[in-house]
Amino acid sequence: MSDFEPKIVGFCCNWCSYRAADLAGSARIKYPPNVRIIRTMCSGRFDPMFVFKALSLGADGVLMAGCHPGECHYVDQNYKAMRRYGMIKQMLRAMGIEEERVRLVWASAAEGHILAEYINEITETVRKLGPLNWSQNWVENEDRLASLEAIAHEHKEALEIKL
Amino acid sequence: MSNGTAKKKLAGYWAASCGGCEISTLSINEKILDVADAFDIIFWPCIVDGKARDVEQLEDGEIDVCLFNGAIRTSENEYMAKLLRKKSKVLVAYGSCASEGCIPGLGNVTNRKEIFETSYTDCVSVDNPDGVLPQAETQMDEGTLLLPVIYDTVKTLAQTVPVDYFLPGCPPEAERIWDAIVAILEGKLPAPGSVIGAITTVCDECPRKRTEKKIKKFYRTWEIIPDDETCLLEQGLFCAGIATRAGCGACCPQVNSPCIGCYGPNEGVTDHGAQLMAALGSVIDSDDPEEIDRIIKEGIPDPIGTFYRFGLANSFLRRTKLNQNSQDA
Repeated sequence: MSDFEPKIVGFCCNWCSYRAADLAGSARIKYPPNVRIIRTMCSGRFDPMFVFKALSLGADGVLMAGCHPGECHYVDQNYKAMRRYGMIKQMLRAMGIEEERVRLVWASAAEGHILAEYINEITETVRKLGPLNWSQNWVENEDRLASLEAIAHEHKEALEIKL
Repeated sequence: MSNGTAKKKLAGYWAASCGGCEISTLSINEKILDVADAFDIIFWPCIVDGKARDVEQLEDGEIDVCLFNGAIRTSENEYMAKLLRKKSKVLVAYGSCASEGCIPGLGNVTNRKEIFETSYTDCVSVDNPDGVLPQAETQMDEGTLLLPVIYDTVKTLAQTVPVDYFLPGCPPEAERIWDAIVAILEGKLPAPGSVIGAITTVCDECPRKRTEKKIKKFYRTWEIIPDDETCLLEQGLFCAGIATRAGCGACCPQVNSPCIGCYGPNEGVTDHGAQLMAALGSVIDSDDPEEIDRIIKEGIPDPIGTFYRFGLANSFLRRTKLNQNSQDA
């Protein structure tokens, strides 16, 4: 487990959080390289589908970052992100995924250090939780192939009987 | 509809399903006679006598159209899906189970071990003192008896074999079934992989009055009697029509019952539940994180059964976390 490096997908809005990440870069603030940042125009674009898709394709965590409430470039879309985040968490709990793996945070364009801090936090949280490995969940029981072969064999025998 | 040439060959099959899809084919009423005119039904366990071996003896691709309903949850389902795929020119995922898992897909919140325990030992009406569970193989004096194995995870047809067309709905509505049959007969099928149906949502077919949707509380259907003119979602009922494919004629909202989403996601959407969440993001009327959490926890206590009643097996997450120990069942 000590070798485990979490894969985290980060969604940042164009107007605040992506600029915060940019600022963190130009200010040489250090943060873990575990987060792969994807820029969207707004936190209102953080479709719950993105989160579930990321988790199912191998991400161990998802960080969503947008403008502070009340400061959205598109007036109130970050409130929609907030409500969707509530539904995402409710769904994750039901699915048996630790809700700490997905987080919605706010970081303005001037808050590079705050975004870096959130990235630190989620990386450490997910590192403690361990790999998610979600697609392993539907790898089928090993008796599946044996049973399929048994059916094929039984039918082959039946086919040989000429009526 | 009869054209004097050789009849096309039609097959049907049911895997993990309730049988409603079979009945739905009869909802096209007397047009079923046109179907009989145009097709020879060569295999359809619910309707005509036939055995798997009859299908095995066919040439590959000999069946013109196979209407396959039901999800894949046992090795027998999977075997028949692969067999019928091989023998059919056109394989149609008929109904919600084959398309997206539907109600059998909700079995993905549990696993084989738990299902066996509930069905064969724990249920109060079960009398099974020796704790006998179904076995894949049983040795008898006469030889070995085989049973298909049940899988932990229910799959859709398209997760098992390539599917040509999807006909969603639980069950599909008569008009859509007829549309599909006509398209097949006239050779005017859309591109393979398409869903045969509307490219819009249930709201478009719903006659209710819609204004701005803002709700502070979700009600369960038994808690209120909605008025029969206003949008049900505006009245606080969880209506899935906003993110569900049209094609049903909005029959549920028209009788004061919210859409439960049986027609699955609209065109271009993979994950039905996520789309519903995205839509509800602009409906829940609160800007306070704590109040939002409360509205969601109180109003949507069963998020899987609410967002994914029909689409769990086809969603990105597919199933709840599988306890690794249970795989040893």
